[in-house]
Amino acid sequence: MKGALRCGKPLLGDVLVIVVGLIFVAFLFKTLWHNEQAAKLQIRLGDKIYATYSLDQNRNIDIQGPIGITRIVIADGKARFESSPCLNQYCVHQGWLSHKGQAAICLPNQVSLELLGGEKPFDSLNY
Amino acid sequence: MPNSTKNSRIEIHTSPDDHRIAKLAALAIGLHLIEAVLPSPMPGVKPGIANIITLFVLYRFDFATAAWVSLLRVFASSLLLANFLSPTFALSLAGALLSLATLFFAQYLPRHYFSAITLSVLAAFAHMVGQLLVVRFWLIPHAGIAYLIPVFMTAALVFGVVNGLLTNYLLRISPAKFDEDKG
Repeated sequence: MKGALRCGKPLLGDVLVIVVGLIFVAFLFKTLWHNEQAAKLQIRLGDKIYATYSLDQNRNIDIQGPIGITRIVIADGKARFESSPCLNQYCVHQGWLSHKGQAAICLPNQVSLELLGGEKPFDSLNY
Repeated sequence: MPNSTKNSRIEIHTSPDDHRIAKLAALAIGLHLIEAVLPSPMPGVKPGIANIITLFVLYRFDFATAAWVSLLRVFASSLLLANFLSPTFALSLAGALLSLATLFFAQYLPRHYFSAITLSVLAAFAHMVGQLLVVRFWLIPHAGIAYLIPVFMTAALVFGVVNGLLTNYLLRISPAKFDEDKG
């Protein structure tokens, strides 16, 4: 047991583990970081979905949360928290979200935004 | 009732093992506290230098001692940092538990090929996974956190390798009979 440890350098298995780790991390970046433009905005209030809006139309949304009104703005395919009654204003400082998978949350007022992709297989279905 | 008079005083008998665990845990708590006051580039990304002690103990002593040291560190540090039972504590505990579970299996890897670097990297990944599970299922219950996972995992890999190298170094420079010196 101690013989191998004496050298202190990475052993064959260690190098293998590091390489596999690097591949794993690269895979995570590839699958979780995509720069696709988002198509829809999903707003959650507490543990429920409050509403889902398309990013195509500009609009302002006022949401009554536990501590006050949070205003969310959709403009030019982007969305952001415009104002929030919370103290730290982390949500407002997150700025504009435009890519699929991006999210911003306001924990004090329990409002969260998540951008969704638009890959719906059909525009409409007719029978 | 021969014991009734003696019960007025609680006596705790400590074994040399207890003393050793306490000393090593104190070392780990010290490192944990130093790390807690260091600025972190982003929340959740920390080097986890206290894990060096856990690994060192696992190699020098056994898994049970390492588990004691690791869990004592989590509990005692949270009391010292005043975040016992807070989300921070839950993150720390989840990370430590999953990382110990991983080490429990990883300790049987052939030592001839796998040194502390492997164990450190695996433990760092497990620690991060434990924390992310708590975040996902309790703190931020939706998929938005997914965006940060690659960053967290990269940090875990880098710090895992660094801590592993440091553990190897520590094991090399410290006398193998550490046990008896400290006893």
